[in-house]
Amino acid sequence: MSDSASTNSPLAYRIVIGLEVHVQLKTETKLFCRCSTRFGQSPNTQVCPVCLGLPGSLPVLNLHAIELAARAGEALHCELASFTKWDRKNYFYPDLPKGYQTSQFDLPICVGGYLDIPIRVPSDNAADAATLSENMVKRIRLVRAHLEEDAGKSMHDERAGRADTRIDLNRAGTPLLEIVSEPDLSSAEEAKDYLTELRLIMVYLGISDGNMQEGSLRADANVNLHIERDGKTIPTPIVEIKNLNSFRSVERAIDYEVERQYREFLRTGLAMGQSPKQTRGWDDVLGQTDLQREKEEAADYRYFPCPDLVPVQLTEQQREAAKHESQFTPDRYRNVLLHTHAVKETDAEILIQQGRDVVDYFLEMVRAGATPKRASAWMLQDVLRHLNDQRVPIDRYPIAAPKLAELLMAIEQGKVDTSQAKQALAKILDDPSIGVAAAIESLGIVRVDVSEMETLCRELLAENPDVVDKVKAGNTKAVAALVGQAKKRNRNADPRVLQEICLKMIASM
Amino acid sequence: MGITTNEIQRVASLAKLRVEQSDVGELSSQLSKVLDLVNQLAEVDTDGVEPMVHAFELSNVLAIDHALASLPRGEVLMNAPSHDEECFRVPPVMG
Repeated sequence: MSDSASTNSPLAYRIVIGLEVHVQLKTETKLFCRCSTRFGQSPNTQVCPVCLGLPGSLPVLNLHAIELAARAGEALHCELASFTKWDRKNYFYPDLPKGYQTSQFDLPICVGGYLDIPIRVPSDNAADAATLSENMVKRIRLVRAHLEEDAGKSMHDERAGRADTRIDLNRAGTPLLEIVSEPDLSSAEEAKDYLTELRLIMVYLGISDGNMQEGSLRADANVNLHIERDGKTIPTPIVEIKNLNSFRSVERAIDYEVERQYREFLRTGLAMGQSPKQTRGWDDVLGQTDLQREKEEAADYRYFPCPDLVPVQLTEQQREAAKHESQFTPDRYRNVLLHTHAVKETDAEILIQQGRDVVDYFLEMVRAGATPKRASAWMLQDVLRHLNDQRVPIDRYPIAAPKLAELLMAIEQGKVDTSQAKQALAKILDDPSIGVAAAIESLGIVRVDVSEMETLCRELLAENPDVVDKVKAGNTKAVAALVGQAKKRNRNADPRVLQEICLKMIASM
Repeated sequence: MGITTNEIQRVASLAKLRVEQSDVGELSSQLSKVLDLVNQLAEVDTDGVEPMVHAFELSNVLAIDHALASLPRGEVLMNAPSHDEECFRVPPVMG
């Protein structure tokens, strides 16, 4: 707390946040030319006359970018425009060779819409505040989503004696969908939740690869405070924070900015309109926002319709396709896991966050006959751990879903117990070519026949009258005490079968 | 229609042009004449006329998303005032 805050009593305030998220679309080529969008290639090798803005070059719109934008619009409950057009946003910067960015100004492809995020219960207790209340959502309204092209990359040359900036135009022209929210978010955690769910939707629907390290999802946050003083609500000047390219930086930057604006208000008393809008950049290393420039007014970009590009009218077929392809959202999978298969909420969320392929693997196991409960337990304890350790995606997991399901069913059928099944799993992971039956057999597990088990049980019960008494008194769990002794006499004795037979025998005693 | 000295400086700064103070007066009168010329359009009665977004009554000119060859890097960089065989080099820019 600053001195000025501690001398006065602290003022109550509400945090107001709107997010602009740039999502890089998963296209093979750029928005207006057929240069590849592949990441990490040698500088300026994915560049053509259109990227360079050379005289005489003409842009041609990428059909797939339109399809992906429409898919995103459907998933976010937007209205898909019947008529959408292209505008030039003019500014001068070395990574923008044309001197303008081709974007959409007044007729964006997607209008309105919303995204639901889990409600966070406000509380003074930090632990409680982080708890998600069940089945409750907060609806974050969207203003719009429009298509635009990315700029190139500027790199400051750090070699001694060279102060130039180096420009790589490989990224220039890459399709971005800019999704703009209403200022409905009221905490850094909510902003993070919004971004997490938005990213998940984009990845599930194949709209973006969602790779944060490669800049496929970048956010700008508009933040201000509504401060209560003398019975009045005073909004502080809005600050746009740029350069947020991880979930963590979004949270940290907003927390920092809230603190900074509060202190600034106590110091200057300036409200919205009394000082110009600011753009501040987030410095992840120093953990602070720095003033970049006074925000230019929208008119400064001198938007006008791009004469080189004709408008787009989505066809009925494209609308139908977008609707169809936008069905498999994370929320839909969530519903299937929670309600069709009764997976525990926390477990379901872990699976959901891993991505659609992981959830599909789980569902395939269940379809192949594994029980949802056992399948989800094994997913969390074994499959995901393996993927994590080996740093591979699920499609590189050596065991196909039906085969793992077969192993789990062997437990269900009493052929093996859980620890034997884990040993069998390890064997299969060592050599994925061996089948489930062979793996079980190689453990030396021989199914003990029923008469043999009955003899064993009869002996054990005769030697342990105390157990018999306890079970008769209603404590059926007491029978578990016999498992250890049974295993000593016959290591292949299935504990479950053993307990079943013993209970039956005691009941008829 | 007049255009002020301040507006001249503002437009110049947006266009990253350096304008000498001694030229501002003449530029202001020249640009005002240009604006007057264009403003004649405002005299046309456009009530009930749909705004036009493009000169051609054409829509949906689209290309299939298949990559084609880009330019060789040598050609990309050949007209640049400064480059280092990989990247364009420009005076340092901040932020």
